[in-house]
Amino acid sequence: MKPIPPVENEPATIVVKPSRGWAALNLSALWKYRELLYFMVWRDIKVRYKQAVLGIAWAVLLPVINILVFTFVFGVLFHQNQTSANYPLLSATGLLPWGLFSGALMRCSISLVGNTNLITKVYFPRLIIPISSVLSGLVDFGISLLIVLILMIYYRTPLTWNLLWLLPLTLLVVITALSVGLWLAALNVQYRDVGHIVPVLIQIWMYASPVAYSAGLVTGSITRIVYGLNPMAGVIQSFRWAIIGSDPPGVLFIMSVVMVIILFVSGLFYFRRMERTFADTI
Amino acid sequence: MKPVIHAEQLGKLYRIGLAPQRYQTLSENITRFLSAPLRAIRRIQAPRSDSADTIWALRDISFDVEKGQVLGIIGRNGAGKSTLLKLLSRITEPTEGMLTIQGRVGSLLEVGTGFHPELTGRENIFLNGAILGMKHAEIARKFDEIVAFSEVEQFIDTPVKRYSSGMYLRLAFAVAAHLEPEILVVDEVLAVGDADFQRKCLGKMGDVAEEGRTVLFVSHNMSAILRLTHETIILEKGRMVLRAPSPEAVDYYLAAGHTSSGERFWEEDEVPSSAAPFRPVALRLLDNRHQIVDSVRSTEPFNIEMEYCLDVPVTGLRIGFYLNTTRAESVFTSFDTDDPGMFEKYTNRPAGRYVSRCTIPPDMLNSGRYSLGVNASSYQIRRYFQDEDALGFNVDATGAPGMHWSEPRDGVVRPRLQWSIESLK
Repeated sequence: MKPIPPVENEPATIVVKPSRGWAALNLSALWKYRELLYFMVWRDIKVRYKQAVLGIAWAVLLPVINILVFTFVFGVLFHQNQTSANYPLLSATGLLPWGLFSGALMRCSISLVGNTNLITKVYFPRLIIPISSVLSGLVDFGISLLIVLILMIYYRTPLTWNLLWLLPLTLLVVITALSVGLWLAALNVQYRDVGHIVPVLIQIWMYASPVAYSAGLVTGSITRIVYGLNPMAGVIQSFRWAIIGSDPPGVLFIMSVVMVIILFVSGLFYFRRMERTFADTI
Repeated sequence: MKPVIHAEQLGKLYRIGLAPQRYQTLSENITRFLSAPLRAIRRIQAPRSDSADTIWALRDISFDVEKGQVLGIIGRNGAGKSTLLKLLSRITEPTEGMLTIQGRVGSLLEVGTGFHPELTGRENIFLNGAILGMKHAEIARKFDEIVAFSEVEQFIDTPVKRYSSGMYLRLAFAVAAHLEPEILVVDEVLAVGDADFQRKCLGKMGDVAEEGRTVLFVSHNMSAILRLTHETIILEKGRMVLRAPSPEAVDYYLAAGHTSSGERFWEEDEVPSSAAPFRPVALRLLDNRHQIVDSVRSTEPFNIEMEYCLDVPVTGLRIGFYLNTTRAESVFTSFDTDDPGMFEKYTNRPAGRYVSRCTIPPDMLNSGRYSLGVNASSYQIRRYFQDEDALGFNVDATGAPGMHWSEPRDGVVRPRLQWSIESLK
């Protein structure tokens, strides 16, 4: 399926034929449908807080509750020795990227199945669906970021230029969630088992990432290498560094980036390969 | 000039058990994956044949459609009509062959797709437009026109979940109708909505064709096919059996199909597996001497019977007959358990073979051709099976009231009413 860009007043010629093996990514089709992407993100955000009494306030409440719970359980009950004074900020810096990642992954994995009626009735590049489900988490993320900034001011953490790193780092979180999400969303079309696995996966993944604790707690070179296979480990560590200037990202971060690239490229191609039978199998 | 649609040897192979059974288990597929090399070797030894678990929903379909042409597509249930439409609208890929399309394909079967109940009418117009492939600027330009066409101006900022179903349908149709695609696909829209809405659909279709766009019209409704299309394709079991001027094609279809024999059998491969445990066997039209007939006299009672099997006991089953005219006007709908006593008695139907039969009283129908549909469902639980156009038959009005005047008489029913004439001084 390769639409040739339309010439003036000349309708585009569309050739439909069976694609074999690994299909090309066809990013130009995705570009043509960018407005749809925008509308899908907008729909997700708009609908999320409709008919809730508290509305968008939930986007503030949930991260605050999360930070409080983490502070109580890990900061007070388990006495995180090292930085217990500003543990709320430590957990908040972990929860910030984690919230974006876990929410995006959750929505992404069920995105195709949740849009069955669209997939079986209208043609558009299917990649729009998982991408929009991931991007729609960015508004909540922005609100969480504000909470972190408030905490920073409260704890008199110096605001440095390092904060600008949050921009590329956020992009990295989005791509990580999308990479894993593409695999899960495509698998979910065929095996609904994925729907049961994802919540558990996210829970385990959180403990395998430095959300509630600092990445510095993981020691030993071998352990750190294995730890680095989790792309979120380096990303969260870097978030924390950019905000409170803890241990700077190093090998762990590079490993994260490499892992993300592998997952992303493979996820894209797997998705494209499965895409052509979505309407038949979903 | 290049044809707008050029199909070459199109084919679509489905794995049975894929759609009906839906999800394979993971372990099944891991086994499949692991045994793939083995199967590959076997395949080299024995060239691939159409194995039992696959089915060609469509095969060897080649045709061209010129710009501005209105082409009808007819065929029985399971003949491959919907598969063809899915290929044309690029929802699914063909297994073999090639399809070249010049321009945007819009479809009236997508009416309301992607509408979100929580969003307002205004928001849904933009969202739905984008889903159907319209640019933001294009939607903004046509916005007022769409709203006017839908007649929901007052409620345009109300969430559509508060709309009545009629308003919802009108708004959805308004968006789809303003897509202005080069190729419009219409699939049985005549089966949904009220008479007004159907007229609007047909009117819009006529406009589209006059503007020089191409229309593909899929229908069971022969009179609509005759009225709206120039040429018609007949599909049968996934193959194209005829392409001819519509009057010729309709004649062929009515003659070749079982549609005029007074009896309709369902082959196993015509029944979707989603119908289980219900298995339709036959629908028959019987005169008052219990002979199978394809035309009945309006002055005599006649019977309609449905024979079917239940593989397991079914609760709340009801068999319904829908009688329509060939102009898709509904005459009546009736269920075998309409009577409360019958409903009580047949709440549970054990597994077995059944016939549900009803008698149509004399002096009810006007002369003309009618279409009989059948449906098996448990109310608000499940619909097992449905065939909207299972059997066609003629009603002959010889001896009916008023036949001494040769003029045709309007109306679906032709009752023998009790008249009295009084002379008033």
